[in-house]
Amino acid sequence: MHLMYFTEQPMSAYPEQEGRDFGATALMFSNRYFDPVAGSRLYNEYLEHYRLAEEVGFDGIMLNEHHNAPFCMQAKCNVFASILAATTKRVKLVLLGNPLPLADNPVRLAEELAMIDMVSRGRLVSGFVRGGGQEQLATGVNPAFNRERFEEAHDLIVKAWTQPGPFRWEGAHYQHRVVNPWAVPLQKPHPRVWIPGVLSKETIVWAAKKRYPYIALSTEIEATKKIWEQYDQVAQETGYAGGPEYRGYLQRCHIAETEEKALANARQFMWMQGEFTGLAHPVWSSPSGYFSPSYRKAFVEYAVGRRSNPRGAAFEDQIHNQQIVAGTPKTVIPKLRRLLEETRPSIMGFWAADGFVSNEDTRTCIRLLGQEVLPALRDIGKELGLWSPFEANSPVSINFAEPAQPAGAVA
Amino acid sequence: MTPSPGWRTESVPVAGISLHLASAGSGAPLLVLHHDIGRPERSPFDDALTNRFSVLAPSHPGYDRSSRPDWMRSVRDVAVVYQWLIAERDLARGLTVVGLGFGGWIAAEMATMSPRAFKRLVLVGAMGIKPERGEIADQALLSYIDYVRRGFTDARAFDRLFGAEPATPVLEQWDLNREMTFRIAWKPYMYSPTLPHLLGGVTTPALVVWGRDDRIVPLECGERYQKALPNARLEIVEGAGHFVDMEQPERLAELVTRFVDKV
Repeated sequence: MHLMYFTEQPMSAYPEQEGRDFGATALMFSNRYFDPVAGSRLYNEYLEHYRLAEEVGFDGIMLNEHHNAPFCMQAKCNVFASILAATTKRVKLVLLGNPLPLADNPVRLAEELAMIDMVSRGRLVSGFVRGGGQEQLATGVNPAFNRERFEEAHDLIVKAWTQPGPFRWEGAHYQHRVVNPWAVPLQKPHPRVWIPGVLSKETIVWAAKKRYPYIALSTEIEATKKIWEQYDQVAQETGYAGGPEYRGYLQRCHIAETEEKALANARQFMWMQGEFTGLAHPVWSSPSGYFSPSYRKAFVEYAVGRRSNPRGAAFEDQIHNQQIVAGTPKTVIPKLRRLLEETRPSIMGFWAADGFVSNEDTRTCIRLLGQEVLPALRDIGKELGLWSPFEANSPVSINFAEPAQPAGAVA
Repeated sequence: MTPSPGWRTESVPVAGISLHLASAGSGAPLLVLHHDIGRPERSPFDDALTNRFSVLAPSHPGYDRSSRPDWMRSVRDVAVVYQWLIAERDLARGLTVVGLGFGGWIAAEMATMSPRAFKRLVLVGAMGIKPERGEIADQALLSYIDYVRRGFTDARAFDRLFGAEPATPVLEQWDLNREMTFRIAWKPYMYSPTLPHLLGGVTTPALVVWGRDDRIVPLECGERYQKALPNARLEIVEGAGHFVDMEQPERLAELVTRFVDKV
């Protein structure tokens, strides 16, 4: 198994009432409520949490980015990845990921990622995402070309990583007359690429066709099983067998010394008024053209209040269906066993705390996860045969049959 | 809603697009270019014009029932498609082009391409020019209903046309059309920085009409169009917002007819 630590990096020092009064806590909620003094403190606390996670035995640190909202302070995952490349020793730096459509220059991204890979001595896992709808608006990027830009930027980055330059790129959305970055990744054939997602079938199919592991973000167990059915089917059609090494899952999981405290802190996973990404108008979260046309009817009904929020499950329901797991190690391990048995992922991210959970409680949670939960999960993983891409030496992609290795390393 | 009696529809192939074209009436040719929200099945304004004109009302490429050209990237591309249509149908002689809102921007682009390609130009609350003081309302931040409501000064006029709660198929259509608008007018949003520099060559007689309470495209844009076009007059319609054709259809039809009679 590959076990990762994750936090959204909540900007917990924002005035919640102001958000409620305004009616939104994303995109248009004014950054006058961003407090850089608290921000400075929090960024440094989060860095300490990442280092602690390495110390207590996590295999990886999962990073992401979002814009214009207190639910996530990290506006550029490559910045934290760069810092961690130099300040950690062992953990994989798993970016889930860089929102490709937001990039006007994917070659620059290819360079940044190559630098992170070299500084970290080959510890980069470079996930890619489409970015949420609001991210398109926050960066002025056309949502109608989101998927086209995602796919084209991906192709350009992989080419920049794997084929010697200079070459010319004349695409539909990107045109570069000279591609020849003097920074290429340490890992060959190229760093592993994992694709996280929650809703879009198209992304699951795309990842499976590429033979990239897919990371399901806190979906319900039944929904997760459907994702793997679909992935495995496409894998089979593509000519390989799906399985644990292609399956990842992000679990919201808070551990404390007592059940009561764990449950109270776990409520903070709902801190953004029950919304994953903060309160926002539906048309901000899903601008026209961002969604697959097959969702159009359902979406317009939701956007005008004729259909309930597909992501609006109550805390109790999410505890019940294990989208949120909370407790002491003793009570949490059996729940996680159930998840592993039923959905068979080999990559697990632990979103350990959120919102206003204190620094101290977060550290306790990370420590208990590392000392008591992770060893148990490793045993269960062995028992169930949940070998991660690293353990299984699975290929980097459909196009490259070999696993990723630092150049010069003995395989 | 079914179209008003007397309208014919056809699909016209232009630039690989299947262009949906509605037409009715008799008289001198008049081309109506619709708003960004699309063309309603029934338009009292278009109906009023059929008494005097042979009215052609196409759906823009990628809007309503016209097929989507995946390659299309700008409003100027749309303008060229309509120039192609005009040339192919030999309509230029005596043609009046009436552009409503977003369609006004297309009409203005068409006029800059070949100032003698048609006889008269009518721009109604047209997008296309960047306001100096205000802003063009950003529909990406507004729900479908809120955006369209914003274009009316009288909420009851909206209710009469669409119902207080427009039906889901109408919303789907607005979403589809919004997507196409994003595909061709995302950045800069709803204007061309080069258009004002090119309007000086348009000697075509032009009538610029603006709703007094246009909360989508500020009235100052109307003033700028009037100044930039060498042969233009500005008419302000009271009791109307952005969708002048929907709020004051008779009044707008009368303004267009009088303008055509005079020049």
